[in-house]
Amino acid sequence: MHTLTAHEIRDRIKNKELSSVEITKAYLDRIASVEDKVESYVTVLSEEAIQSAEAVDKKIASGEQVGALAGVPIALKDNLCTKGVLTTCSSKMLYNFCPPYDSTVAKKLKDADTVLLGKVNMDEFAMGSSTETSYFKKTKNPYDLTKVPGGSSGGSAACVAADEATFTLGSDTGGSIRQPASLCGCVGMKPTYGTVSRFGLVAFASSLDQIGPLAKDVQDCALVYDQIVGYDPMDSTSVNREYSSFEQALTGDVKGLKIGMPAEYMGEGISAPVQKAVLAALESFKAMGADYEEMHLPLNEYALPAYYMISSAEASSNLARFDGVKYGYRAEKFEDLADLYAQTRSEGFGAEVKRRIMIGTYALSSGYYDAYYKKAQQVRTMIMQDFDKAFQKYDVLVTPTTPTTAFGFGEKTDDPLQMYMADICTVSVNIGGLPAVVLPCGYDENGLPIGLQIIGKPFGEAAILNAAYALEKTITKIKPAL
Amino acid sequence: MNYETVIGLEVHAELKTKTKIYCGCINEFGGEPNTHTCPICSGMPGTLPVLNKRVVDFAIKAGLAMNCSITQYSKQDRKNYFYPDLPKAYQISQFDLPLCQNGYVDIVVDGETKRIGITRIHIEEDAGKLVHDDYANCSIADYNRCGVPLIEIVSEPDLRSPEEARIFLETLKTILEYTEVSDCKMQEGSLRCDVNLSLRPEGQKEFGTRCEMKNINSFRAAVRSMEFEQKRQTEVLSNGGVIYQETRRWDDVKGESIVMRTKEDAQDYRYFPEPDLLPMIISDEWIEEIRSTIPELPEERKSRYIAEYGLPEYDAFLLTSSKKTADYFDETVNLGAAPKTVSNWMMGDIAKIINDKELEAGDIPFAPQQLKALIDLIEKGTISNSAAKKVLAEMFAQPEDPEKIVERLGLSQVSDEGALMAMVQEVLAQNPQSIVDYKAGKDRALGFLMGQVMRISKGKANPQVINQMLKDALDKA
Repeated sequence: MHTLTAHEIRDRIKNKELSSVEITKAYLDRIASVEDKVESYVTVLSEEAIQSAEAVDKKIASGEQVGALAGVPIALKDNLCTKGVLTTCSSKMLYNFCPPYDSTVAKKLKDADTVLLGKVNMDEFAMGSSTETSYFKKTKNPYDLTKVPGGSSGGSAACVAADEATFTLGSDTGGSIRQPASLCGCVGMKPTYGTVSRFGLVAFASSLDQIGPLAKDVQDCALVYDQIVGYDPMDSTSVNREYSSFEQALTGDVKGLKIGMPAEYMGEGISAPVQKAVLAALESFKAMGADYEEMHLPLNEYALPAYYMISSAEASSNLARFDGVKYGYRAEKFEDLADLYAQTRSEGFGAEVKRRIMIGTYALSSGYYDAYYKKAQQVRTMIMQDFDKAFQKYDVLVTPTTPTTAFGFGEKTDDPLQMYMADICTVSVNIGGLPAVVLPCGYDENGLPIGLQIIGKPFGEAAILNAAYALEKTITKIKPAL
Repeated sequence: MNYETVIGLEVHAELKTKTKIYCGCINEFGGEPNTHTCPICSGMPGTLPVLNKRVVDFAIKAGLAMNCSITQYSKQDRKNYFYPDLPKAYQISQFDLPLCQNGYVDIVVDGETKRIGITRIHIEEDAGKLVHDDYANCSIADYNRCGVPLIEIVSEPDLRSPEEARIFLETLKTILEYTEVSDCKMQEGSLRCDVNLSLRPEGQKEFGTRCEMKNINSFRAAVRSMEFEQKRQTEVLSNGGVIYQETRRWDDVKGESIVMRTKEDAQDYRYFPEPDLLPMIISDEWIEEIRSTIPELPEERKSRYIAEYGLPEYDAFLLTSSKKTADYFDETVNLGAAPKTVSNWMMGDIAKIINDKELEAGDIPFAPQQLKALIDLIEKGTISNSAAKKVLAEMFAQPEDPEKIVERLGLSQVSDEGALMAMVQEVLAQNPQSIVDYKAGKDRALGFLMGQVMRISKGKANPQVINQMLKDALDKA
């Protein structure tokens, strides 16, 4: 039962073929049987989930109006604030933090009558590409427990891949939804910046962060997006516009779709199986009546350094509030105020977080600001112009999501630059504020999933979801053997 | 060598908007600690700021009243530093594109008008307060003030003495009150200032090295800190010493400032554009809409009082230097009272009581209608001038109509000729010798008789009326 998709569960509950309690129990059983191996959850809400499932069933039985996703069991990344439920960002710094309020997305999914199974693991404060920087645990890739699930939304991806929830939400600052979705064979989407409210997402890099779904198929991805998209007066960067249903817009028709394939994403460093799978997918598109051609995004090579400057600078400021004064971890021993800060932050943050804070603090320091932060912002503008130009000619761009399939634990932890390269195909999308969806387009010789990335114009979610929907029909998915 | 003093000021004024700058919490002084707070202003993880448009309105209004140009593409920036009263560990402020720039304020020094440049006015959020508990040996953070909207007004170094600086501060305060953007209550901290002061040899063009003084909580403290710094720098320079650029902390109790930090350990605030907020685009229409709400400012009002009411310049200046006082004056005059009479009361006895009671200028506990009633009572002859002073004191003690106070205290003058005639007859009958003296041309006799009537009437007889009646009676006798 736990292999059902969200839209299947939604429809069966609506037709009274299935109760929310039944499906919730099925998922809790699944968690009980595989969580030891996968370790995707930081917090499991067994009792609370049953209670809210019972409440939904009662509503349905009494003929009350229910939300669009009534009874569907889900999980949220642990950097999305949930009222009264631990929200740790997988950091020692927030090991005991219970927010007094719900993030806008948590509230929307609550209003849609979903059932929250728990909060899932991530790289500490969303900084990382393997979920290895979590303070609590190492989440495993369900396809091969010796491999990482990717990151930073590694818990979100592994959870969906292992059927421990119907769908999850993640956050994506430089690829944190798409890279783990790719490594775990899920469908994940980073929406256009400003379409999903960031209110209640513990900020990493405010100008790049965006919340999005990780799901079992493209239709689920669209229906979740339908629930979380929309203007929020609590988020000044949220865009005030009307949206029609993305799920209903899925036709699978890609005739005449103009696809660009940026050569910069298919060159050196991209493994042969990945290149092969991407090219095969492009041929499938062609067979369905779309056109593709190779093109160029010449400034792409500057996206990664610009990304690390901007994201680290913003992070150094966003993470300054974790100082041991108000909430979360506080050092036990300190001499004075300055020492309270120093000890708390030294002990409470992990190495990767400290590295980013150091980089960001340096980039913003007087005398260096112009050379680093300001220059990076100028590069950002130029990369956006690069994309603008490309989208005058193409409807969507298709690229690999990651240079390789899932890598082993500890393989890249000693070399931060190697780890940062895992984001090489995804960061420019955040720099451009663009939407991109990732779905499995094949598997390597070891059965590890390969993800295809489809990048759209700003607010072009309907087009990329529809292209993904069409391609999905041509792919035979393999479930992980757990 | 003689030195010239050069002073520039940075004034922080809290804006009296209903709610805070980035959240919906009430913007109100006081309250139990941490009761005017929410996840946003207390810096909870994941929260985001949303700019209160009224804050922009108020800042533009202040800017226009100070003749600034309005920055039509403006933005907000983060100022990063750690302190327990700043829960986000950054303050949202403005760095290189402040809302208002290049303005001026005219001040009057010794009867001469002097123009003081306003470099910039920007918006920012206030921090909380730390309460140090020596007894429990800990500090407690109160975030009620976090997110209270502020404008920071930065002057050009155009001021040449502590006295000029004081006048500038008073003028600024008056403008902020008139435009109703701030309460300017020094004791509640809604108006605060930092002082920059340097000396240079008379005749020299280049500025000397300046020192900044912080922690100044009143205009008086500002003047004292400047006088102290003036003296300190003069002594250092006269002895061949060098002034180092530093930030000094003013201790008002000890009457001295001490070094807080030197230029070497100046903080790097790592300003950068606030990514959670969009740039502010200010249209011409918006600016004009705000311009139309600016009321008559003190200078214009003063001229009107002189021209329309014929008040002396000094009276007009004093009345208009507090908006509350001037509004009160206008209301009383509009009820029909004579402007000069109202002015005399307001600048005389009323001002004296306000001073004695240490109230804010214009904090008059009774309505203009009641002041008008008091003036009417004198003009109708119901009470004497000295009785009116007693009534006024009562009016400050408790809100009661002057008529009622007169009745309660039995202060009304007897002007009824029938009642007075009986008293006059009685006095004349008892003092035949005085009649003789009066007839003999001794004027003092009239005074004596007046006194006798006043005694019998227990001071309530209207002196003018008795005077006339006595004269008439004596002439007939």
